[in-house]
Amino acid sequence: MSEQDQQPQGALRRFLALPADSVPKTIFVAVAVCLVASMIVSAAAVALRPIQAVNALKDKQINILQVAGIYDPNTDVLEAFAAFEPQVLELASGEFTDQFVAAEFDDRAAAEDPATSVALADDPAGIVRQGQFVTVYILRDEAGAIDKVILPLHGYGLWSTLYGFIALEENGNDIFGLQFYEHAETPGLGAEVDNPRWKALWKGKKLADESGELQISVTKAAPAAGADYHVDALAGATLTSAGVHNLVNFWMGEAGYAPFLTNLKAGKI
Amino acid sequence: MAHKRREMLVDPLVDNNPITLQVLGICSALAVTSSLQVSFVMALAVTLVTAFSSMFISMIRNHIPGSIRIIVQMVIIASLVILVDQVLKAYAFEISKTLSVFVGLIITNCIVMGRAEAFAMKNPPLDSFIDGVGNGLGYGLILMLVGVIRELFGSGSLFGITILETVNNGGWYVPNGLLLLPPSAFFIIGLIIWAFRTWKPGQVEEREYKIQVVEAH
Repeated sequence: MSEQDQQPQGALRRFLALPADSVPKTIFVAVAVCLVASMIVSAAAVALRPIQAVNALKDKQINILQVAGIYDPNTDVLEAFAAFEPQVLELASGEFTDQFVAAEFDDRAAAEDPATSVALADDPAGIVRQGQFVTVYILRDEAGAIDKVILPLHGYGLWSTLYGFIALEENGNDIFGLQFYEHAETPGLGAEVDNPRWKALWKGKKLADESGELQISVTKAAPAAGADYHVDALAGATLTSAGVHNLVNFWMGEAGYAPFLTNLKAGKI
Repeated sequence: MAHKRREMLVDPLVDNNPITLQVLGICSALAVTSSLQVSFVMALAVTLVTAFSSMFISMIRNHIPGSIRIIVQMVIIASLVILVDQVLKAYAFEISKTLSVFVGLIITNCIVMGRAEAFAMKNPPLDSFIDGVGNGLGYGLILMLVGVIRELFGSGSLFGITILETVNNGGWYVPNGLLLLPPSAFFIIGLIIWAFRTWKPGQVEEREYKIQVVEAH
């Protein structure tokens, strides 16, 4: 057999027959593997995104139902969710606005749009830009009076921004529940914000004392204001707890829902 | 050949189990076994990733340059893990929330890497695939065993269905809280390894040291 016969035919075959450790082959394999892998990954991500978006929305609705204490796993989420009255709230005036359609309003997109958001100079919650319009959910009793208001809030913990909801009683001061639906805190430590026993601590706490001073805190030691305004920090999750403390105080303060809560207390809503 | 393949599938279940004999993949076994449903999904995900990554790596094994072989293996494994993660997020959202980071951590699961490096780089694709399935099942078997013990005695249920009515729900069973915490999986895996090695003494490793008998002066 001559040398010529052993040579594989065609450029590609000749290339593939190169020893695996040669430099051109190494580069070729690295590039080819990365290209194929990235195409598969992006194709899957793009193809599955609509289904994932539906899941995320449903999960958010379940969380709103849970924080309002009316979640029943056996009923249809959409049906149960119809009990809420979504409203777009203008933070500065503390009044509902009908500039937007509440059902289609995207809080997160609005928080990035310069027209509907402000860059924060004083930013304890670590959110950089704050949307001036947010979607809140009103739960009314049978007589049509407000029973609970569910307000979205978010802020930075240790690794991630925590997105959640706080449910307040009709007096605008008593907390019914607080719950996060999206975060990436450490499982077992910071992610214990999802622990039902910790979440249960929030029920019945008050935001502000009789003089109207915001007193709610998430700390290790009970503050002077008393247990009514204090939620125990999570063990082993100091920074996540501090993040929750800051974000609750920020959103319940003047830059957040304070004007709305004043209106709510005055019965203007 | 058929006999050999059957062995490749059955061997990792008991005789060459990745967890009990090779003591690989312990981290995820500790983390996800507090509920049986999650253990099952994790076992399935690891089996699929091990099988397919071994198969793909084996298909191109003759072209993988030795200098970047680990990176090439990692790229293939990581892509498959992302694929599994995306599919879970789309079709099993609840479970994907519970598994959270642990699906991503399949990438670092020593079993996947171990089979790619030790088996798939030297064997044809079909064999590598079967080897991957076998090892995934071996891992899954231990995960399920640990999961049964932890969920049954820790929460009094199996696959979320109540078996032992707990005191909290008005029953009689006082659940063992330790079993819901990760350290308990350590104890259970230790006991399983002990049981396996008592059953199959061949798995007992030789001591690396020798106790010297010193005579009294």
